[in-house]
Amino acid sequence: MATPPGGSSSGNWSYGPGQGQGQGDQHRYDFPSAPSQHRPYAHPGSQNPGPSPYDQPQAPRIQPVQPQRRTPEPAPAGASSNPLVRPYAMTGGRTRPRYQLAIEALVHTIAQPHQMQGQLPEHQRICNLCREIKSVAEISALLTIPLGVARILVADLAEAGLVAIHQPGGDENAGGQPDVTLLERVLSGLRKL
Amino acid sequence: MVAGGFGVGKTTFVGAVSEINPLRTEAVMTSASAGIDDLTHTGDKTTTTVAMDFGRITLDQDLILYLFGTPGQDRFWFMWDDLVRGAIGAIVLVDTRRLADCFPAVDYFENSGLPFVIALNGFDGQQPYQPDEVREALQIGPDTPIITTDARHRADAKSALITLVEHALMARLR
Repeated sequence: MATPPGGSSSGNWSYGPGQGQGQGDQHRYDFPSAPSQHRPYAHPGSQNPGPSPYDQPQAPRIQPVQPQRRTPEPAPAGASSNPLVRPYAMTGGRTRPRYQLAIEALVHTIAQPHQMQGQLPEHQRICNLCREIKSVAEISALLTIPLGVARILVADLAEAGLVAIHQPGGDENAGGQPDVTLLERVLSGLRKL
Repeated sequence: MVAGGFGVGKTTFVGAVSEINPLRTEAVMTSASAGIDDLTHTGDKTTTTVAMDFGRITLDQDLILYLFGTPGQDRFWFMWDDLVRGAIGAIVLVDTRRLADCFPAVDYFENSGLPFVIALNGFDGQQPYQPDEVREALQIGPDTPIITTDARHRADAKSALITLVEHALMARLR
């Protein structure tokens, strides 16, 4: 997949030293709040129009299932030993972003530092990470946030004007496949490697 | 996209040519799979995690190529659908000792219309079968390139990518 960021003038996207190394092995849901905390991401200043997801009936704790497992096993009730924060807790229960972000869409922070005050911790982490341009996939991997959650959080930030998103261009007539010019650029780039 | 059966060398391939160590992103989904909107109605569903490794190659100041290894489990098709959108094409890695492992990927890309090439990953540097033999065994048409590769080597991986993009370009111009 190739993502030409239209309109971006960023020159050097290289990774800093140490980035992207050894992160994948860390705790998978390394969120800053302790799992025992109730309502970890409902901070006092947040406006929440509509019914709060926390007011709704408690869904069973989400349990990762071994991929090999064929028959789904009901999650044990009140699994207090579960070390995970529910992945969608920080998105207010939403599992779909307001608009569909490509996994390779590029994200670039445009927020001023003072705009970060009062933002959710995960939003702040994304903004800090994306001072250097990153894809949605990289945000998910480097911050160990599940992909779907990363998409929603990034979409929130884009709506708030804190990040710019460069969605990959595609030829709508060809089902979103890259156009010929892009393919030629990719080919030429690969040959120069 | 880099596809193929479990343990065929997808992540090795990505790592050989990526400028970063392959990263792993995980998607969480319910057992009822994709298209579920609202977790408040998922009381009787469990979740599972699909891991996907990927790498990146900066080709130009404003052009980045991402390489996504497809999730090894074939049943997570919706993740593939997600990846196919906007993808240039796919490299289907094949271990000729376990030829059948690549059938689901080949079927998938034939049906989706995404350009793909077959890359025979020679384990221990051995290529026991010729591309023509594999073409016959897989019933692959003459238009789809079949190449040999060593997923551990950058030059091989790069060459496979070039073959794929050339093939995708030809498919677009045809």
